[in-house]
Amino acid sequence: MPSHSLAWPSMNTKLVFSLLFAASLSAVAGLASAQSTSAPSGATAAVRDTMAQRMQACVMCHGQEGRATSTGYFPRIAGKPEGYLFNQLKNFREGRRRNQAMRHLTQHMSDDFLRDIARNFSALDLPYPPAPAHGLSAWQQQTAEQLVFKGVPERQIPACASCHGSSMAGRLPAMPGLLTLPADYLIGQLGAWRTGLRAAAAPDCMADIAKRLTNQEVSAVARWLSAQSLPTGTKPETVSAQPLPVDCGSGTE
Amino acid sequence: MKKVNLRKMARRAGAASMVLALMAASWVAWMNLRGEAPLVAGVPAMPASSEVLRRGAYLARAGNCMGCHTTAGGAEFAGGRGVETPFGVVVAPNITPDAKTGIGHWTAGEFWRSLHHGRSKDGRLLYPAFPYPSFTQVSREDSDALYAFLRSVPAVEKANAPHALRFPYSTQAALAVWRALYFRPGTFESEAGQRAEWNRGKYLIQGLGHCAACHSGRDALGGTRLNAMFAGGLMPDAAWYAPSLASPDEAGVQRWPREQVVRLLKDGVSAHASVSGPMAEVVFSSTQHLTDQDLDAMAGYLASIPVRKAPPAESRRADAEVMVAGRKVYEQHCTACHGDQGQGASGMYPALAGNRAVTLALHINVVQVIQQGGFMPTTAGNPQPFGMPPYGQLLNNDEIAAVATFIRQSWGNSAAPVSTLDVLRVK
Repeated sequence: MPSHSLAWPSMNTKLVFSLLFAASLSAVAGLASAQSTSAPSGATAAVRDTMAQRMQACVMCHGQEGRATSTGYFPRIAGKPEGYLFNQLKNFREGRRRNQAMRHLTQHMSDDFLRDIARNFSALDLPYPPAPAHGLSAWQQQTAEQLVFKGVPERQIPACASCHGSSMAGRLPAMPGLLTLPADYLIGQLGAWRTGLRAAAAPDCMADIAKRLTNQEVSAVARWLSAQSLPTGTKPETVSAQPLPVDCGSGTE
Repeated sequence: MKKVNLRKMARRAGAASMVLALMAASWVAWMNLRGEAPLVAGVPAMPASSEVLRRGAYLARAGNCMGCHTTAGGAEFAGGRGVETPFGVVVAPNITPDAKTGIGHWTAGEFWRSLHHGRSKDGRLLYPAFPYPSFTQVSREDSDALYAFLRSVPAVEKANAPHALRFPYSTQAALAVWRALYFRPGTFESEAGQRAEWNRGKYLIQGLGHCAACHSGRDALGGTRLNAMFAGGLMPDAAWYAPSLASPDEAGVQRWPREQVVRLLKDGVSAHASVSGPMAEVVFSSTQHLTDQDLDAMAGYLASIPVRKAPPAESRRADAEVMVAGRKVYEQHCTACHGDQGQGASGMYPALAGNRAVTLALHINVVQVIQQGGFMPTTAGNPQPFGMPPYGQLLNNDEIAAVATFIRQSWGNSAAPVSTLDVLRVK
């Protein structure tokens, strides 16, 4: 106990009120949400002490086993390179990617646990959904295929496939596959990179490339990528002798 | 005749209020400066021993300095986190040894004065978002160890962002008045009749741990009164409620086995509770790093906080159709982990029956947990915690209100219902 009283002084109360303002208080600290567990009698049968059970917190948005849902925004995480997933979890925790829900979920997690989560989803080998009808115009189709397979060298835009794998299924250790991701998600990410709301470890190659694309190109390539499918069992490319065409802080972890 | 009297009275009243104002100003000034010994001019500090540095690092953990002075993904102790308060945002400054933007030019005496008297190097009054009403109890020796440690961390040049406080809270005069009303520099005094461990626990809880900064009720001016100490209060951003440490119905541990309190602070989960919200952060960045001996001392003191129970809350029964709607949501989304009788799954998912976080009179924590989900913090004792999805992504406010009401009024729980409007009001 402090050796003095913190009681509100009785003197001058009115005057004091007329002057008054006070600064605030407080600090970010504790909050024991004490949850009394009155000794549970027998756990729910289905609950097991496994990593998959722990990841039930993720699948409401990312789909059963992380294979994505049909809601049109949340990305598939199953089968992505472990390094990529680990980098993204860290980016959410440390504010380089902004998503309130992901930030809240990752904020009190150690690197080790983030690695466990990344490994869990990366090891899943699940079928991809069939390709939806895309309805791209001829210009969009041509523009997207140019960007994906050839790039635009005169504007320092490398081909997507030169980093994301020749079949666009990702490349180890940390480049994500992009096919079948929802178009809205892809447009959202490219937009966030252009405006600085999404960032990766420096040098942030994807931010630089996204800024060189036009709005029409972003839309075309996002819709093209979302409209492809992949044969079951397609895996991210193993590290090839071919170096990355640009210097990427997160390309090698 | 009458006129003259009025004038005279007005003059007298004027003079009287001048005198009163002067008295008030002198009182405020005196209250802010009394008891402050002049700072001893800079005796160059001896290079700190590794033992002192280790202790300083440990004390920084105990005080969770990084909680405010390090941003997510930012350089350690370089400041920048804003604390939202009802009066505006207070931004934690850079406390690395950088000479230009940090505290590189501070002396150990000036550092101690900031903890003990809440004044900056240049004498400015500090905002009590920096919890010096608690830190004032920190010993000079501990302050010096903290100072030595902070001088040993990498210097980072990062200018401090200005606070964003509304007028008049932004003025030093306002702060002076606040301090005159609420702040008393104090020195920790051991209670002779108590064991050394108990006193150590009290020192950590009341001083560096600054538990009262959140777990105490505040009045409209953000002041804490002694009789509200540990009685629970809204967090400064009003997004969570820090439950009472004085009430066994909230977060009081008066009836807990002491080792369970240690486990909760060390692992983030114990047989009786788990931490969530801002307390998960406290365990993650502060208490899990403390020694068992210190945690045991803290547990001993916490258990001795005199019980003050809140008056029994109204327990109006929810409408039958709300309970039906709530049960439907519960069966669809919650049963798999929390069980059909709210019994939970031992060590994995908390029981909801008899769960104090569920039945708090104030509904905001339970609504936050449903909306945001979350994982318990990772700790050495719980390296792979279980988690809950953020149901705010899936359920609408009616459904959240219904399921919150359902769990507050099932399996023997009898807390007040939660309305859709209540959910909407949670930040």
